[in-house]
Amino acid sequence: METLVFGLLNGVSYGLLLFMLSSGLTLIFSMMGVLNFAHASFYMLGAYFAFTISGSSSFWIALFLAPVLVGLIGAAVERYGLRRVHPNGHVAELLFTFGLAYLIEEVVKIVYGKTSVDYRVPDLLNFAAFEVYGASFPAYRLFVIVIAIAMLIGLWYLLKKTRAGLIIQAALSHPHMVGHLGHNVPLIFMTVFGIGCALAGLAGVMAGNIFVTDPAMAIQMGPIVFVVVVVGGIGSLEGAFVASLVIGLLQNLAVGINASFADIFGFIGLSELSEVGRINISSLAPVLPFLLLVLILIFRPQGLMGEKEL
Amino acid sequence: MTDTTDFQNLAPSAGQKFRQRTLPFLILAAILLAIPMTGPSRTFYTVAHQMGINVVFALSYNMILGKAGLLSFGHAVYFGLGGYLAVHAMGWIEEEIGLWGSIPMFFLPIIGFFGGALAGATIGWPSTRRAGTTFAMISLGVAELIFAAAFMFDSFFGGEQGISGDRMNGIELFGLSLGPIAEVYWFIAFWMFVGILGMWAFTRTPLGRLSEATRDNAQRVQFIGYNPQRVRYMVFIIAGGFAGLAGGMAAVNYEIFTPDALSLLPSGFVLIMAYVGGITYFVGPIFGAILLTYMQSMLSDFTEAWLLYLGALFIGIVMFAPRGLAGIIFGFFDGLRGAERGAFLKGWITSLVGGLFMLIGLIILVEVSVRWSNGYGEIYEPFGLHLDHASPLTWLLFLATTGAGIGLTALANRHKEGTT
Repeated sequence: METLVFGLLNGVSYGLLLFMLSSGLTLIFSMMGVLNFAHASFYMLGAYFAFTISGSSSFWIALFLAPVLVGLIGAAVERYGLRRVHPNGHVAELLFTFGLAYLIEEVVKIVYGKTSVDYRVPDLLNFAAFEVYGASFPAYRLFVIVIAIAMLIGLWYLLKKTRAGLIIQAALSHPHMVGHLGHNVPLIFMTVFGIGCALAGLAGVMAGNIFVTDPAMAIQMGPIVFVVVVVGGIGSLEGAFVASLVIGLLQNLAVGINASFADIFGFIGLSELSEVGRINISSLAPVLPFLLLVLILIFRPQGLMGEKEL
Repeated sequence: MTDTTDFQNLAPSAGQKFRQRTLPFLILAAILLAIPMTGPSRTFYTVAHQMGINVVFALSYNMILGKAGLLSFGHAVYFGLGGYLAVHAMGWIEEEIGLWGSIPMFFLPIIGFFGGALAGATIGWPSTRRAGTTFAMISLGVAELIFAAAFMFDSFFGGEQGISGDRMNGIELFGLSLGPIAEVYWFIAFWMFVGILGMWAFTRTPLGRLSEATRDNAQRVQFIGYNPQRVRYMVFIIAGGFAGLAGGMAAVNYEIFTPDALSLLPSGFVLIMAYVGGITYFVGPIFGAILLTYMQSMLSDFTEAWLLYLGALFIGIVMFAPRGLAGIIFGFFDGLRGAERGAFLKGWITSLVGGLFMLIGLIILVEVSVRWSNGYGEIYEPFGLHLDHASPLTWLLFLATTGAGIGLTALANRHKEGTT
């Protein structure tokens, strides 16, 4: 019971973090058709900026300033890089962001060093929020959940209830028509790319001190975010939300299960000593998202909430 | 209406066929035969072998990226699985299990081909149903899955330390014991030649042509009665096979395979090799593989930030020369043969000098920052210059070279726009 409750709580907070990352990626993809390979690199930049800013001032300033900075860098990348590559097609754009991921990682290594930096949870939130079954749940994780839900509501409000959101949605499906109506579509694209990157940066600010802030964090996170986007259905925000939560819960619940395949499938004669029998469910956790990806592709190629088969 | 009896024969003449198809392979064979006569050093052999492996690997990657239009982030999986199978086969030959004892080591790349094709047939079945960006993401996910699974099945992948073998067993073929490095050269050269020839021959088959058609317009291919998914699937299997062939070559060359060979790093590297070389040309990936292997083994001795240069090179190619090195080289010769040779040459040299200036600026910036970042008090001293991160000379040089570079390339671009 204890592991179940903690698995659920951690799963939700991790899943919401994943959603922060994948929502930006989904927004950018559904709008511009660009799969931003460097998305996780912006997440890493967010964590590093937050480390620098919170070191010289406070975490709360970093919480606002770091995503804004990352968003500005993202907008600059779109304006001076992607826009140039755009005429060469989507594959060229994807490759551009792929090269960018290399560059950002190397620059981060030069500026911050190759080892992890000491980016910590702020003292104000460094206490146990509540206790369940004798174990405590950190307040910071609760804070992550609150911020993520606030962001979710904010994003939903922006897209569905404001005029700007209406124009963005229109530009998603009919960019030429929106252009003819007198809106500056390239500017909208730049803004969306910036916002998407800022969301990734925000996720970095929140996640950098729960996990480790080191130059490898982008590579570790990148593939999982892609899995979320594919599993949710490419271009679907709702799907990305569901998929993030599913993957977050799946990974965190699996970590808590201390059983091997032999324990589960012993009744069909799987031996404790065989190689498959020895695999532990908890050690399987990092593979689960990718396993889910393959299963989804075989049984539901359009993703959980995707409409069309691309 | 009159029937026109005279028509222009557009098919290449026998002379053209010889020049464009046979001659390049004869030259390649001649170069491969001539290299050992120059008495190369051990280092040369080591780098050359790596180049040979990477040439086949990059070409196999271009079968799916350049020809079939499938962007994959997991091509090293087929290289790795083919290589692993070859290393295991190496062990079976050593222990003479069953019929294995009668198979010479020389044929291991065929085992690798088989392994890579088998992996391609298994993994390609769900993933090639989609093309474009979706395929790219799927390939990444599948690659991560296989890489993670590699650490769970130790009996096949050997865990962290991998599986190693000994190539000096079994029947000797052509009098090659494959012991000394100079004998391995013939092995690598032979299989590289076979790989290049095989992949070139594939582009001439109906399936090879269809894969290009599927890339350009899948709907039309469907219209004329072919199934684009099946075309993609079959090309994917063959590309996996050739990647496995390269893996088999690597197995004999290094005598060890570790799970890292399946990871995202070599997958990304092969993508960069093929793209930098130029994916629209058949020879492009060969250029890319040779240049980048050289950079990997030589540049990494000079600077620790070589990955930064690699990233910058890649982005530069994507942004300014999407047809890659091959495009630059062939474009240069086409320009020389063109009508406005003088103007072309002037523009070309201007942008070349501009590019060089920008490169110098980049090198100064990166090298000075790397040394400052390490904090060992080391100072970048090219040609006796003392470039400290705090000295104004450094930044003056950086600004001057970068400024000159940007100015010159802008001038060349304006010139180009003016002429066309």
